[in-house]
Amino acid sequence: MSTRKSLITKEIASQAVIDAFKKLNPAVMIKNPVMFIVEVGTVITLLLSISPDLFGADHVGRGYDVAVFLILLFTVLFGNFAEALAEGRGKAQADTLRRTKSETMAKVLLKDGTMKQVPSTQLKKGDIVRVDTGEIIPTDGEIIEGLASIDESAITGESAPVIKEAGGDFSSVTGGTRVASDYIIMKVMTDPGESFLDRMISLVEGAKRQKTPNEIALTTLLAVLTMIFIIVIITMVPMSKYLNVDLDIATLIALLVCLIPTTIGALLSAIGIAGMDRVTQFNVLAMSGKAVEAAGDIDTLILDKTGTITYGNRMAAEFTPVKGVTQQEITFVALQSSVKDETPEGRSIVELANKQGGVWANKEYDSAEIIEFTAETRMSGLDLPGGVKIRKGAVDAIKKYVSALGGVIPNDLEEIANRIARAGGTPLAVAAGNRIVGVIYLKDTVKPGLKERFAELRAMGIKTIMCTGDNPLTAATIALEAGVDDFIAEAKPEDKIAAIKKEQQEGKLVAMTGDGTNDAPALAQADVGLAMNSGTMAAKEAANMIDLDSDPTKLLSVVSIGKQLLITRGALTTFSIANDIAKYFAIIPAMFILAMPQLDAMNIMHLASPKSAILSALIFNAIIIPLLIPIAMKGVKYRSSTADSLLTRNVLLYGVGGVIVPFVGIKLIDLILHGLSLV
Amino acid sequence: MGMGFIQVALTLVIIMLLVKPVGTYMVKVFGQEKTWLDRIFGPGERLLYRLMGVRENEAMGWKKYVGAILASNFVMMLLLYLVLRLQGSLPLNPDGIGNMGAAQAFNTAASFITNTNWQSYSGENGLSYLSQLLAITFPMFTSAATGFALAIAFIRGLVGRQDNLGNFYVDLVRSITRIFLPLSFLVALFLVFQGIPQTFQGAVDVTTLEGAKQTITRGLIGSLEAIKHVGTNGGGWFGTNAAHPFENPTPLTNMVHIVCMMLLPTSLVYAFGLMIRNKKQGWAVFTAMGLIFLVMLSVIFVSEYRGVAALDAAGVHGNMEGKEVRFGISESALFTTVTTAATTGSVNNMHESLTPLGSIVPMAEMMLNNVFGGKGVGLLNGLLYLILSVFICGLMVGRTPEFLGKKIEGKEVKLAAIALLIHPFIILAPTALALATNAGTSSISNGGTHGLSEVLYAFTSGAANNGSAFAGLNANTDFYNIGIGLVMLFGRYISIIAMLAIAGSLAVKRVVPVTTGTLRTNTPLFTGILIMIILVIGALTFFPALALGPIAEHLAMPH
Repeated sequence: MSTRKSLITKEIASQAVIDAFKKLNPAVMIKNPVMFIVEVGTVITLLLSISPDLFGADHVGRGYDVAVFLILLFTVLFGNFAEALAEGRGKAQADTLRRTKSETMAKVLLKDGTMKQVPSTQLKKGDIVRVDTGEIIPTDGEIIEGLASIDESAITGESAPVIKEAGGDFSSVTGGTRVASDYIIMKVMTDPGESFLDRMISLVEGAKRQKTPNEIALTTLLAVLTMIFIIVIITMVPMSKYLNVDLDIATLIALLVCLIPTTIGALLSAIGIAGMDRVTQFNVLAMSGKAVEAAGDIDTLILDKTGTITYGNRMAAEFTPVKGVTQQEITFVALQSSVKDETPEGRSIVELANKQGGVWANKEYDSAEIIEFTAETRMSGLDLPGGVKIRKGAVDAIKKYVSALGGVIPNDLEEIANRIARAGGTPLAVAAGNRIVGVIYLKDTVKPGLKERFAELRAMGIKTIMCTGDNPLTAATIALEAGVDDFIAEAKPEDKIAAIKKEQQEGKLVAMTGDGTNDAPALAQADVGLAMNSGTMAAKEAANMIDLDSDPTKLLSVVSIGKQLLITRGALTTFSIANDIAKYFAIIPAMFILAMPQLDAMNIMHLASPKSAILSALIFNAIIIPLLIPIAMKGVKYRSSTADSLLTRNVLLYGVGGVIVPFVGIKLIDLILHGLSLV
Repeated sequence: MGMGFIQVALTLVIIMLLVKPVGTYMVKVFGQEKTWLDRIFGPGERLLYRLMGVRENEAMGWKKYVGAILASNFVMMLLLYLVLRLQGSLPLNPDGIGNMGAAQAFNTAASFITNTNWQSYSGENGLSYLSQLLAITFPMFTSAATGFALAIAFIRGLVGRQDNLGNFYVDLVRSITRIFLPLSFLVALFLVFQGIPQTFQGAVDVTTLEGAKQTITRGLIGSLEAIKHVGTNGGGWFGTNAAHPFENPTPLTNMVHIVCMMLLPTSLVYAFGLMIRNKKQGWAVFTAMGLIFLVMLSVIFVSEYRGVAALDAAGVHGNMEGKEVRFGISESALFTTVTTAATTGSVNNMHESLTPLGSIVPMAEMMLNNVFGGKGVGLLNGLLYLILSVFICGLMVGRTPEFLGKKIEGKEVKLAAIALLIHPFIILAPTALALATNAGTSSISNGGTHGLSEVLYAFTSGAANNGSAFAGLNANTDFYNIGIGLVMLFGRYISIIAMLAIAGSLAVKRVVPVTTGTLRTNTPLFTGILIMIILVIGALTFFPALALGPIAEHLAMPH
């Protein structure tokens, strides 16, 4: 799916053309009331083209009926084409996914320890399966034994393999991905047909697409506008008959089609599908369109500090000696404490020490005894062959350790540690023997560009809350540095749920990201929950969106897409309704010009002839649909700013523009039609 | 023209000065807190509640509220119908008027219970004094009060936290005892002072100066005139309505009539702002309505002063046909604009005789039905368009649309759509039907485009519950009596049900806090959009009909 970025291929387009015709089926069309009316009009004009006198004497001639019929047919087809095009991209993706899904044989471990080959489609929840290097993982599950690098490119498009292992938050594997090295034993977590891949296929294909709440509301409004115009057109017949004007059917249908909101009616479902598709292109899987729409309504974002706001791996930034110790010594002891430490923090300490001129010979430490970090001691270090014990760890742990050995706690230790904590860092005290030499300043770095994005969110009226396990002091500093509005320090999973509930009680919609099992309840409580693909099955199931790249900052993009989706609908609706003004001025005088020549005063566009006026308006009405397909598919330009400035911009562009454009367009088409002597 | 302009401006200034105090008073009337008003009106009201069997503190959800409106209105309508049908044998009939026919009685009962006051009869020779009192003046109070109660209930729904729209009977009684009765009493005194008759005695036969015998009808006109305009009712004692010298004798009474018509509809918009604790929002709606009003007024003012080109060439300036000389062009133009804006429906000049362009104004205002509009209903129609504007604009800022913190979703849009659809339907469909049938066309007095306007005007007036007549059309036929009767009932009650359903649905919604991402609906920008949406949707719906009627007529006149 690395081809996702390429927008519309030739195959998709040509398939969409075929689908546009297939969608002419009235049973399909009736779901879209506006376009269904156009189709009914098309059928009537087709009948008129065949037999012009069908509904009474014809005054306009067969050629005109045929012209109206053809334009109407194209109007319907254009609308169908837009929808098919939007669906086509999803379908193409689904096909790619389906190929991944092709049946594989799985090695099921039986209770007696023997192995049995079973087709992947027959695996049931609870089966234990072994997958070896190079094999495709048959279905979704949790690793219960082993550690392997998994190639998830089939689903995420990301070629670098990821490490998955039994236990913890990185134990879930997805069907369709491949074990790149080593082997795993996994427990099947889904029944056939319900796997992540199955869901993903039906999602991108739009098979189970349900109309979103706003879409339903808008469809209602459009249907009522259509009904109003049907009343307007039907009642015109007896009114004009009273004035001794006989209106012909084809012209009435033309006027009706021009007035009902065909532009938005034709593009409405394409906008929705394309919006979902844009989310998918971001490698985020939305479980429903409703979730994407809800993302646009978000008032509060709850973000984990680690991984989302900061890189998470704390890096050494400074070595601070206590009074009476030289910079050289603390650097050296810090280096000693970490030479055998393979954690990112440890490596960053070595790196920083090297940078500051600390030198060391690896061999010297080969015989040193490594003291691993444990949650109990909260320290790690080395016992050097010479008997010196080097330790680094939490300040209070080291203090306790040194006191026990009869050492003295330096007076300025507390102050240094506090200063570091206030600055948002983590202080690690370093001791050689029973002597504390100084403090390592571990710093959590805020991802670049986030401050600006949070400012944008603030302009959009969205509040950001940072969630962290850090102490309040550290949390406050990072919060300030990142520019979030609020933070929850020393947060436990239940604090997250409480924070969500509190915001929701104020009537706010809350979004959050999460990956661990203990995030699942909060993800479910939030209005929009974005789970990381790297996370646990439980988290993924509780969320209504899954980020395949496991990048929590994506939530911000999803919010924008949700907003853009609504804006596109609103803008095109406004445009569609605003268009009607010009169409009236084209058609009404044309309809009555023969019986009431005075109405020519209303022909302000000076259109060449009545027929040309009506056909020009109708042609404009049809070709505006394909012209707007790019906007429907890409969404209108969206910049994060306040509601007022967005409204001003969009009203000018699509409201005022919607009044002016058809005047120009209809006149142009009229000039062309007249120039070519077509009418 | 200059003098006329000053008169019009002066009247509008008086109205504007009264908006704030009257609006503030209204909020007190319908508020839950105890005020000094309770000491004055309380005892009488409690007696009424006891008589009616109303528990004063009983809260009503929207369904119960609608039920109370429909039930009470149905019973009252039945009463009106019976009084009209039996007036010949009932007391207070000094002029010996006979019973009214079934179709006309239905039409009249429907007309007065819906606050329309469409009159297919002529009061002076069609109604007994008892009918004038019970079937005309009585519903003038209750229908106006019903409209008021409705608007107040809707506002409570907008700001409410639960489905409790108040108590309909309390709202009904309070608006009569605390607003309509005191105000009407004061106005009636002034009108009588200006020379309007107020008597139980029947018509008098007199010999004129030329020696001819003449019968002069009279009656309880002063009291009717007062509530007629205070309650934006519009049904006159006489067939010629406020053009009759006994209904509107002097320029002063004319001004009082105009001020009375505009007083409560305008103040209600201000009261709306107070009740939702967002005065700016109230003014935003007020401005939208006010600007449309001014545009309409300017159109009719200028077209009537310009008159007819052909006559102008012959030395007759301005269009005085169908107007009273004691009011002149400016006061007639203002009266017409006000009576159709506030959906009163009384006339001091014949709308049929307006210039074609001028005649668009009353029709357009009734088609929009929200340029301040009648008691309560006008505000509600305005808020209906506001909800639609919020919906479209809300989408354009990328959030689920919300108004006053309440989300506008599928259900509200559906209900608003019903209210939006019903108005053009009950105007255009019966107009078309009338023009297609002999029963309809035989009542038309002028042919061609003007005849079309006559029919269009009649149904528009009925649908908007306005009641003014274009005149010319003979509406006292079974076709028009029943047709317009039904249109009036549908026009009033369907939108009442839909709007209160919206109120009930909004009342129980969570309130979304305001952020910078929230669409602000009290800005000049939004007011502008609201005006555009009212005009565009209104224009798109009625443009063809207007084009075939007054616009075609105007364009056909020699220039």
